[in-house]
Amino acid sequence: MIEGIIVTAVANEVHEAFVYIRGEYPKPARRVQQAIDEAYAAGYLGKGIFGTDYDLDVTVHLGGGAYICGEETGLINSLEGKRGEPRIKPPYFPAAKGLYLMPTIVNNVETVSNVPHILAMGADDYRALGHADDTGTFLFSVSGHVKGPGNYELPHGITWRELIFDVAGGIREDRELKAWIPGGASAPWFVPEHHLDLEITKDATAKAGSMLGSGAVIVMDETTCVVKAAERVVRFFSHESCGQCTPCREGTTWMEMILRRVEDGFGRSVDAELLLDISDNISPGLAWPPKQTTICPLGPSAVSPVTSVTRYFRDELMQHIEQGGCPLG
Amino acid sequence: MADLVKITVDGRQIEVPHGELVIRAAQDHGVYIPRFCWHPRMREVGMCRMCLVEIETPRGTILTTACTTTAAEGMVVHTASDTAKKAQEGILEFLLINHPLDCPVCDKGGECPLQDQTMAFGPGESRFVEEKRHYEKPIPISDLVFLDRERCILCARCTRFADEIAGDPLIEFKDRGNHTSVETFPDLPFSSYFSGNTVQICPVGALTASAYRFKARPWDLLVVESSCSHCTVGCRISVESSQNHVLRFNGVDNGATNQGWLSDKCRFGFEFIGSEQRLRTPLVKVEGEFREASWAEALDVVADRLGAIIEEQGGDAVGGIGGARSTNEDAYAFGKFMRTVVGSNHLDARLDDGLDARFLAAVSPRAKIADLDRAATILVWAPDLKEESGSLYLRVRHAVQERGAKLVVVHPRRTGLDDRATHKLTYRPGEGPALLGELAGGAGDYAKVLETLSLGPVVAVVGRTGLTEQPQLAEEVAAFALSLPDAKVLPFARRSNVFGALDMGVAPTLLPGRAAAGDSEATGHLEAVWGPIPTQAGRDTMGILQGLVDGDLKALVLLGADPVRDVPAAGIARRGMESAEFVVAIDLFLTDSSELADVVFPAEAFGEKEGTITNLEGRVQKVNRVVTGPGQSQADWTILDDISRRLGKPLGFASAEAISKEIADVAPPYGGISWELLEWDAKEGAVVPYGEAGQPVAYRPDGVDREALAAMSRNPESGAFALHLARTLYDDGVLMRNSLSLHALAPGGAVHLHPADAARLGVSEGSLVEVETVDASVRLPAVIDPSLATGVVYVPFNQPGIPSLGSDLSVVVAAGEEVSA
Repeated sequence: MIEGIIVTAVANEVHEAFVYIRGEYPKPARRVQQAIDEAYAAGYLGKGIFGTDYDLDVTVHLGGGAYICGEETGLINSLEGKRGEPRIKPPYFPAAKGLYLMPTIVNNVETVSNVPHILAMGADDYRALGHADDTGTFLFSVSGHVKGPGNYELPHGITWRELIFDVAGGIREDRELKAWIPGGASAPWFVPEHHLDLEITKDATAKAGSMLGSGAVIVMDETTCVVKAAERVVRFFSHESCGQCTPCREGTTWMEMILRRVEDGFGRSVDAELLLDISDNISPGLAWPPKQTTICPLGPSAVSPVTSVTRYFRDELMQHIEQGGCPLG
Repeated sequence: MADLVKITVDGRQIEVPHGELVIRAAQDHGVYIPRFCWHPRMREVGMCRMCLVEIETPRGTILTTACTTTAAEGMVVHTASDTAKKAQEGILEFLLINHPLDCPVCDKGGECPLQDQTMAFGPGESRFVEEKRHYEKPIPISDLVFLDRERCILCARCTRFADEIAGDPLIEFKDRGNHTSVETFPDLPFSSYFSGNTVQICPVGALTASAYRFKARPWDLLVVESSCSHCTVGCRISVESSQNHVLRFNGVDNGATNQGWLSDKCRFGFEFIGSEQRLRTPLVKVEGEFREASWAEALDVVADRLGAIIEEQGGDAVGGIGGARSTNEDAYAFGKFMRTVVGSNHLDARLDDGLDARFLAAVSPRAKIADLDRAATILVWAPDLKEESGSLYLRVRHAVQERGAKLVVVHPRRTGLDDRATHKLTYRPGEGPALLGELAGGAGDYAKVLETLSLGPVVAVVGRTGLTEQPQLAEEVAAFALSLPDAKVLPFARRSNVFGALDMGVAPTLLPGRAAAGDSEATGHLEAVWGPIPTQAGRDTMGILQGLVDGDLKALVLLGADPVRDVPAAGIARRGMESAEFVVAIDLFLTDSSELADVVFPAEAFGEKEGTITNLEGRVQKVNRVVTGPGQSQADWTILDDISRRLGKPLGFASAEAISKEIADVAPPYGGISWELLEWDAKEGAVVPYGEAGQPVAYRPDGVDREALAAMSRNPESGAFALHLARTLYDDGVLMRNSLSLHALAPGGAVHLHPADAARLGVSEGSLVEVETVDASVRLPAVIDPSLATGVVYVPFNQPGIPSLGSDLSVVVAAGEEVSA
């Protein structure tokens, strides 16, 4: 990562770099800081790096514990010591008006970390990895009901079946696979009937109505109540909403309340349509990629589990309402 | 002027400035896009999302907020398409799900943007069956404002106002997501001088004013537009009453003056109007005691005693103080009364404010308030504007903070604008002239300041920083300022309609219409209407009071003036009034001064009478009546007219409007200004000299004479400190004394010392300090104030229970005896 930062900085004539790490991750932050200290000691960072007249400082900044600070402008506000609230684009595109209103490049650590490898291998060799549409490798964090949860660096282009059943060892206790979230909590869900043999590339995933996002793959087996799972994901977004704009602040909480009520056995026949209409007021048209009435994509992210449940598991949702509770007990 | 671009809004093509926000451009052309967070006087944030509209782009139609989108050539906007309407309805539904819908008991009900827009753009019924958010409510966030967090829709208007406009970022969002709420910081109330503005701009009933809570429903209010008379800006306000009681003032967005904002003094300073302490009948003093009298009786007493003095000793034995709290019409009647009925040139609307009448009335070139918006550099060598003129303070602040003007502040102490100043120069009172000489010379550190000041256009706000300062200094500062490139001066004095009264000739050196007393042409013009006027030199306020003490003057007419409270040399004021053979006062209250009168007439107050006032830039605006005065109170001009009749020289006024016509005839700079013009055509007021009219006196101070300045500089007597005596927003003035919400906010007596002086005297924060001047000796708690120069003490003027220290520069300060706890 540090090497990637140095290369990126030199390429863009940048002299200040920040590594922003969520406040919940103190141990990784200490490790990163240690590595940066070592880089300073070795003369790779600081004044006159590698004996040149090029200066580069890298600062590790620990956030206050907000998911939304992963959004680039929220991150910038947080770096400036302000509330972690995304900025309006336009005009606040970081490349034009970023940190302290100066042009700023914001990249994922994973992206920057790829840079030295691409340079070392050469573009052609790097491109030979992965899929023609989507070259190179990708980091997957597989969790949930699999036998082998963990982080895996894999070339693009393998299928979901290979990832879940070969790499991650299949479903625990050999139960049936029910659904999985392909790329972090904000991604619409995939189901075995439609998506198991899909090749994992950005385009193929987008075409199927979802995204690879952060690479966090969450696998759910047949014992999972999808209403409860959706409620859990929506609750996450409601909790992480910065509260700045109305549809996200109010809409995510309202959806969370409805899903919990349905799960608790107090669902009403109108609730499925109500959930979809609230979703539509956050993400008009419920299309993919999502449109938004919000300032940033966090609101539409909370819509993904709701549309996934109504699309693939409407019967189970209606069973909750008709039976006055969760059919899975 | 920005280039115009053509955009299409709802099928109609309009031409708007390039870069204009779509929400504003549409509104200017009659299309109202609903909104909550957007406010035309604050930066856009796009938070509430209510103004979602569809805009056609090369990449398809997008749904976006009209308040964050700028107009560009060819833009096509749909504000009411199916998609836009559904989005707007959706936002309203979201805003309402946690709103308590307690409209029947909410102050805002009936004038609530959330209520109105729900009716206009919202869904018919709620689909929300869950539990709403709950908070403790309401909670006081300041002495004047309550917060109901359940009603709050988190639009950030109040927090942005506090930060961006007022410069008091004392309220902020706390927590996040669904738990976000507006809060003050721990142990730090929203004690902003401007807190009341948040009540007015709150688009729901989340912020309410303690003075107005549950007093009335908006549809029951009788409302007139008027101009505030607490300071000399003349902020446009709406005066709102129910059942003959004034219940609140709201700011009106007049671009020329206040742009909608008001300080809390002006917003809540209406309570005196309905005070139980108001005078209701004439009072006549018999054997040292006031008793109520009929008008005929009181007028007889005045005719007998004042008439006798005029007859026996001449009009020259009578002085007249006041007029600054009156309308122009009242002040004009006062001037005409003093000069033609009494036959005296001893009249003054200033209460030892210390600035030359010609400077205040006729400095040239004179700036307009709006010039601040275009200034490259602003010089403020004047009282702390935050304390003396809230809306002018906000305007300067805005010009610097949002428009990037440079600011130079020169003052003996910290001021509200220091945090925005490019340069701040602090000096010892008395040494101002020397400092001005140094600054004009531009040596050493002053070179940089002078460099900043050489960026024109320059607007200089010039007044007297404190009440011990040399009165002539302001004119020297103005002379210096006018030597700067493209410079104009805004003369600053705060007393209500003092500029109007001076324009009406209520000063010994001025005749109506900014003419010099003694100017033969102006005198001839005036005498053609008035008849003969006296020619002897007149006395100003201090001259009149001293004349009464010395026995040169025998009688005094007070028109809404309280010299005992308002003149720094209170001792002379009191002795003068006590020495007078006869004093007649026209007043709202029995004040420390009118208590000493022989006859007091009850006058009508602001809101009870019609007329015009003139602000510090010379802008004439209409003030209006919305309630009737208490008891038998009358307008000043009526009372003066009655007295004139009894004295056998009737002024012969028929109405205030008739007086305004006479003003337009007699005072050429006011020619063409009529009530009708102000009501219908000149909504932002008319600036004097109006139209093509010139003005007889154009006072342009000459350049800087450094030797003369050095001679003008003064130091306190040996062993003494230099006294900085200055006014605070809230004080013990009679209007504040009778506005109960505000009177308690006066900071109270205190003596501010530099930390080094405090250490030397063995004084710590809060310990008692003996303060002695030629006029008074008091014991005040110490405040350690590092913003002062050493050798200076600052004492706030006119605080409850504290006698005036007088305007002498020297003050002796010593640690008081320890009071054991």
